This record gives sequence, structure tokens and C-alpha cells, in this order.
Amino acid sequence: MPQVVNIAVSILFDGLAYAMFLFITSVGLSVTMGLMGFVNLAHGAFAMAGGYIVVTLTRTLGFGFVTSLVVAAVAVGAASVVFERGLYRRLYKSTDLEQVLLTIGLAFMAIATATYFYGPIPRSVPLPDWLQGDVNLGFRYFPTYRAFLIVLGAALIAVLWYAFERTNIGAKVRAAVDNRRMAESVGINVDRLFTLTFAVGSGLAALGGGLAIQLLGLSPSFAVLYLVLFLIVVAVGGLGSLKGTLLAALVLGVFDTAGKYLLADAGGFFVYAVTVVVLLIKPAGFYGRE
Amino acid sequence: MAASDIMSATDPGQVRERAAEYLLKRHRFRLAECLPWLLAIAVFFVFPDRMTFGSQVLVLVMFALSLDLILGYAGIVTLGHAAFFGIGAYTVGLAAARLQWTEPISGLFAAAIVAGFVGFITGWFLLRYRGLTLLMLTLATAILLQETGNLRSDISGGYDGLPGLAFKPLLGVFDYDLYGHTYYLYALAALAVVFYFVRRIVYSPFGQALTGIRENVRRMHAIGSPVHRRLVTVYTIAAAIAGVAGALFTQTNAYVTLTVFDFDNSAKVMVMLILGGTGRLYGAFVGAAVYMVLEDYFSKLSPTFWQFGIGLVLVLTVLFARRGVLGLFESAGQYLTERKKP
Repeated sequence: MPQVVNIAVSILFDGLAYAMFLFITSVGLSVTMGLMGFVNLAHGAFAMAGGYIVVTLTRTLGFGFVTSLVVAAVAVGAASVVFERGLYRRLYKSTDLEQVLLTIGLAFMAIATATYFYGPIPRSVPLPDWLQGDVNLGFRYFPTYRAFLIVLGAALIAVLWYAFERTNIGAKVRAAVDNRRMAESVGINVDRLFTLTFAVGSGLAALGGGLAIQLLGLSPSFAVLYLVLFLIVVAVGGLGSLKGTLLAALVLGVFDTAGKYLLADAGGFFVYAVTVVVLLIKPAGFYGRE
Repeated sequence: MAASDIMSATDPGQVRERAAEYLLKRHRFRLAECLPWLLAIAVFFVFPDRMTFGSQVLVLVMFALSLDLILGYAGIVTLGHAAFFGIGAYTVGLAAARLQWTEPISGLFAAAIVAGFVGFITGWFLLRYRGLTLLMLTLATAILLQETGNLRSDISGGYDGLPGLAFKPLLGVFDYDLYGHTYYLYALAALAVVFYFVRRIVYSPFGQALTGIRENVRRMHAIGSPVHRRLVTVYTIAAAIAGVAGALFTQTNAYVTLTVFDFDNSAKVMVMLILGGTGRLYGAFVGAAVYMVLEDYFSKLSPTFWQFGIGLVLVLTVLFARRGVLGLFESAGQYLTERKKP
């Protein structure tokens, strides 16, 4: 295979895997913001919590990787309900600034707690044999773990799409994002709906956090370091839009990977440049409501 | 006389007169305003060996003050204010390291002009947006500047920074001393000048218009106020002041790295301001001083403990003390006077 094609395929493949991670982790944040207009900067902390739960389960308690992922997602999803009921609920009508401060305070506390228990050094996770090495796709070899990420991401997208577009609850969520007051006045319990979606979104973030350990490494600063990326995906995609979040994750994932492949020195330049350009042209994101 | 009395007048001329009177009354110098300045001078004599730390506090007070102008008065929520601090810091740093321009006071003016110019350009584009979009755009601006610096690390020194900068003696006479005494007084003088300027702005009709934009942007549009122009103006001024703070930071440290553009830096200054109280001029003083002293003390004990503590303080502030430390004092004062009355 010619060198150029080879590099292009690598960029697309790695970019796709990265985009799946971004989508899984950010989709909950997008729905949270779209539904309640709540700026949740502690979302990265939920992802980080998921990551550390996976580390503990696999390293200390000897669970399998996939089992740990599921347990982490469920545990964080359940725990997030407590936060939503106890803290977030009180600030739905507050200004952006107060929401930003509360949730960034929570993120700081989460980082400190993680540093206390796990130390500042990045942690790794033991992968099962079937996720290690490379897989042959006929014309060349690809890293198995990234292929797994892509397959898992595609499956989740299918499930979420079905839940969003074809179920009663999904229709209610779409209605509430579209016009919250109207949805309430036709009898949809938006508060309860929100608690449910918040739990699902946080659980998905935890899943993303668990998946990220192998891809990006996991240290306490994860909660803030990647938060910026999740927020960018949400802003570029448009609040509360499944389609938009997916498109934004794909565009940013591929651009970031391409930037790192082709111009290693430029680092994150491409992602932020793309973000600025998209938001200047479409302030509400790809599929956001103006 | 309260603001509501202005509108109770029937004759339009009278309204104008009362409004002017109200502004003048608020602008009048109060004796209690001496307090922070006297404290700052007292610190100079009481802790002569902590002057380097003292200068850092003064620099951050100025930085927080610039944020107060846009966040506290105009209600612009930004996550990228460190961009202007960084530009100021690098203007002075690069001028000294690459152009051998080491005169400190002209450096402050240069920093103000460059940072103000960038503030004007970015503000012109960004201030049309609100909410999450604006948050992301301001954040991305700061990171783009940082990445640009990293890209041209042959000029900027990258994350290793520009170490060992030397500046000429102040006014050609007062040289840099090891304990930072000169630079403490220099930073204090610069802060006093900037503060006087900010105070003038805040109590001017322009400042009132900003408060109006914060409180109700639609009504300001409706009464024909040039909202966008006002916002860009105040954003430019705040950027210039943040640039001066950054320049002072470089000069007092004789050192600058790309970390000045960090998101942490933007978040930190916001936390300081919120702790002290937004939209009240002296909030920046209280917030920056309290934050820095606590950080200095607790992070020596345990950085982890400190981070948890600041997070907890933020959560508690939002839940129970939305107007900051100064707001708490005010509420306590009100409570006491009300108890005395009957």
C-alpha cells in the first residue's frame, strides 16, 4: 500500500476510535445541557470516577475488564442521581455562573479525592487477551482495542438512536429539549425524565472513562483535562442533539488525530481552531436551535 | 437616596438631575476605602521578608479587578481571561528577552496596548455570542494562544519559558532587590493607578449602562443603548488591565512560561473574584488576598487537602453565600442594624 494511503487509513481508524470515546462520554452532557440548560462541569469527574472504579475492580478485586465497565457505569449512574436530587436540582433556575462554580467545585473535590486514594501517577488496567495485539482486517492490521472501541461505539449509537427516536421516553426527551414548558403542560414529568437521562448520561460518561484508561491514560487531572473536549463536542454539536454530538465527535476526533499525526508540535491546535470556526459560523452548533 | 427615587420624579429634567446626583453620591470617597491600602502598606513593614509573595497577591488583585469589570459589572461570563494576562506577560517577556527592551514602566504600557488590542479584536467577534458558546469561544481563544506559543517555541521558549529576565532599575534609580521590596511598592503603585481608573469607570454613566446590560439586556436594547459597542469597550479595557497584571507578573518573577495561558489560571482568578464578591470593586482585594494566603498555608500542609478545600468552599459559596465574603459581612451588618432598630 502506498505510504499516503496508509497514513490516511491510520488517521481515519484512530480518529474514529477516538471519536467513539468522545461520543460515549459527551452524549450525556449534551442531553443534560439541552434539557435543563445546566452547565455541568463535573461531567468529567463522573467519567474519571468510572475509570477509577474499573481500576479498582480489575486490579484489586480481580473482576474481568468488561464486567468492570458495566459495574462502573451502573454504579456511577446510580450515584449521580444523589447529586442531581441533592445539589443540582437547587440550581436549575440559577445563572450560568453559579452552575459553573458549583460543578467546578465538585470537580476539584473529585480530583482531590482521587489523588488521595490513587496518587497522582497515571494508572493502567489489565486487558483480557482478546483485546490485546492487532487484528487483521484483510488488507492490513489494526490495534484490537481500537477496533473494539469502534464496534462498541457503533452498537451504543444504534441503541441510543433507537431509544431516542423510536421509544416513548425518547419522544418525551425530544419534546422536552424542544420546548420544555410546552412538554410540561401536556403532562410530561420533565423533572423525573431529567433524573433518568442524567443517570444514563453519567453512566455512559463512566463507561467512557473506563474505556479511556487504555486509550489516553487515567490520572486525577482527567476530570478537568478532558472536560474541555467534552464541552467542545457538546457546543459544536448543538445542545441536546444526538445527531449533532455524533457529528461533532467525528469531526473533532478525526481532526485531532490528523493534527497529532501530521504536525506533532501543534498538539491541540486543530481541535480549537475547528471549534472557533464552527462556532463563529454556527453559534448554536451543527444541530442546535438558534 | 436610592436608585428607585430617580424614577419617581415626574419632570424629565428632574430625572436627569437626580440621576447625576445619585452617581456623584456613589462616587464620593468613603473613609473605609483607605483600609485595604493602609493594610497593604502595613504588610510592607510587618512582613518585610514576604514581599515576593506580597507582590504576587497584588498582581492577582489587579487581575481579579479586571475580571470584575466584565464579569461583575457587565455580566460577561468568560473562561479565557488568562489569555490577556498571558499576552501582557509575554509582551514584556519577549520585549526583554528578544528586543532588549527592559525599561519596566514603558513595558506596562506596551502590555496594556497589546492586550487591549487583542481584547478589542476578539471581543468584537465573540461578544455577539452568549451562554455555552461564549464560554467555549473564550476558552478556545486562550488555548489557541497557548498552542501558538508552543508552536513557535523558538521565539516563546515554549513550556520551558523565558527564564532569567533582567529589567532596568525603576525610573532609572530604584534597582531590583533580592527581597522584592522595590517591586512590592511598584506593584502597589500600579494597582492604585489602575484601581482609580476602574473606580471612575464603574461609577460613570458608562458603568451604569454596563450594569443595565447585566441586569436586562433586552431592555437596554429597547432604550437604544449601543449594547455591543459598550461590551466591546469594557472588554478591551479589562483586557488591557489584565495585560498590565500579566506584565507585572513577569517583571516581579523575572520569569514567564506558557502556563500563564492555562485554563487553571482563568478558573483561579474567577474563583478569587467569586470568593471576594463580584461587582463590588473591593471583592477582588478580599478574594485574591484570602485565596492566596489560604493557598500558601494549606498547600504547604497538603496540596490534595487544599484542592478539596477550595472545591468545598466553592460549593458552599454557591449554596449559601452567593455574594461572596464581602456579601456575608454586608448581610451580617444589615442583620445587626435591623436588630438594633426596634
